[in-house]
Amino acid sequence: MSVVRYEGTAWRSAALLMLALGLVAVAAPWLAPYPPNETLDLVGLKSRAPSAAHWFGTDAYSRDVLSRVLYGTRVSLGFALTSVSISLTVGTAYGAAMAFAPAPLATTLRRLLDVAFSVPRLLVLLAVAGVAGPLSIPVLILLIGLTGWYAVARLVADELAALATREFSLAARATGVPLPRLFMRHLLPHLGPLLMISGAFSVANTIGLEAGLSFLGLGIQPPTASWGSMLRDGAGVIQTEWWLTVFPGLATILPVLACNAVGDALRDRFAPVQFAESAPSAPAAASPALRP
Amino acid sequence: MVATCAAATFAFFCLQLAPGDPATALGEGVPPSVLESRRAVYGYDAPVVVQYARWVSAVVRGDLGWSISQQRPAAAVVLDALPNSLMLVLPGVLLAVLVGSALGAWQGIHARSMGDRISNTFVFVLYALPEFWIALCLLLLFSVIWPVFPSGGLVRDTYIYMNRADQLVDRLWHLALPCLVIAVFDAAALARYQRESMRDTLEQPFVRTARAAGLPWTRVYTQAWRASLLPVLTVLGILVPLNIMGVVFVEQVFSWPGMGLTLFNAITARDYDVVAACVIVGGVVIAIAGIVVDVLREVADPRLRMRDASTAVRSSTRPAA
Repeated sequence: MSVVRYEGTAWRSAALLMLALGLVAVAAPWLAPYPPNETLDLVGLKSRAPSAAHWFGTDAYSRDVLSRVLYGTRVSLGFALTSVSISLTVGTAYGAAMAFAPAPLATTLRRLLDVAFSVPRLLVLLAVAGVAGPLSIPVLILLIGLTGWYAVARLVADELAALATREFSLAARATGVPLPRLFMRHLLPHLGPLLMISGAFSVANTIGLEAGLSFLGLGIQPPTASWGSMLRDGAGVIQTEWWLTVFPGLATILPVLACNAVGDALRDRFAPVQFAESAPSAPAAASPALRP
Repeated sequence: MVATCAAATFAFFCLQLAPGDPATALGEGVPPSVLESRRAVYGYDAPVVVQYARWVSAVVRGDLGWSISQQRPAAAVVLDALPNSLMLVLPGVLLAVLVGSALGAWQGIHARSMGDRISNTFVFVLYALPEFWIALCLLLLFSVIWPVFPSGGLVRDTYIYMNRADQLVDRLWHLALPCLVIAVFDAAALARYQRESMRDTLEQPFVRTARAAGLPWTRVYTQAWRASLLPVLTVLGILVPLNIMGVVFVEQVFSWPGMGLTLFNAITARDYDVVAACVIVGGVVIAIAGIVVDVLREVADPRLRMRDASTAVRSSTRPAA
């Protein structure tokens, strides 16, 4: 019944795109034609439309938009990758605790997770970022990382509980392998695909989330170039200076597209067996791809 | 209900722990005596636990507190904003369900055809767009380049001078763009899941049986579509709460005075009671939405109505062990 859903080769271009974006992030200082935060000529170059010298135009402070978009890649990708690694780590640890802790503790952990799930993430972020004033980037990364692991924890716990009944882990238990070793050597490798799929979608979400928070003025603060804060600058003058909105927006979409495509491809590659056996609701539950 | 209480408590303590309070929101250079008296008037000089106890007892009695920035009851502030938000979210989600489900089902039936590929690429790109960027682009397209829709606000300035029919038209006119943003964003998500779900369903034995029994394809598709709605409704159950909070971006772009904008402004003004009230009312709305989605799920899939016999379906979200 399970047909492998091999959906063409879109993931290859997506993976290439990811690679290219990674290169751009690393090589931003060499690629960018101007320093990102330098006001080139406050009077002469204020809010100029795209031209040969400034491909994406200049903003109200005469900064080169292309350079800022390129540097923004660094900020956004670095931000997303670090915060997603935090949430994957915390989620895996919590999921493992949920799966292997003695019954009363596991139940408590599960209940706590239900409560955490029910508090809208965006609300937490808005409240903390809005009230605690402008947050520094590391604090923001921690904040987003520490509010993003709930779905991972639930997936990991369910997967571990299923794995624990498989022959190889029963055999390992029967031969006296202690629980930590069982987890590290036998079970963790099986979580790889799950974490990769989850991670790909989370990176896509986090990029959108960071852009959203910065757009509201609660995320990355100026003058650091981030796509969200550039969009915020552009939104006020959208009537006349469209290039301030269009180009950072397009930049935001590229990594999200790439991550979603790679995540889909991974899911199609690894998941059909799982989903074919479970109920129809599994695909929705297994994909935390919905945004905050 | 537990969730709402948890969220409200969390919001309360979050605001308390953060630096600044309604008094400091007055601005710089206010004499300390004024700050002190202001704190005393609103009870913000008491210990946090005492404030929490006061707040809980007030909420239980139905008093959501006092908005300091607007000088009227917090409940009034929130209830003014709630209809505006619902007016935005409900039609948007409804449109998204209709379009997304129809498109996804069509794609699922014609999987891998040319039309499916093209529309799927389109959906994929739409799904990747941040909500506020869709909003900005639509604003740019339909309000700046081709000015057919207003760029924001609830109604025109001259609203109160219009007759009833014009008022209705004016409202719809202002509603169109923000509503479209929500619809586009949700429809893309729903279509993705509907497509996958439709393809899964079409592989199931009952479809083959129905076809073998001689049912015409149109009726087979109708049945399969109904069976494939379950995961889509699950996604809808996730999407609706997201919308109720996430609408803040759309409201910000279109300066739409709804819940999101109220919450956002209340947070910046350190208006604790309004924030807490927003969370409570938002939580209640989310809970109602959850109940509606649950009912819809049972309507769509009779298997869920047979609680005992359907353990196989239900257990999917629980671990196998």
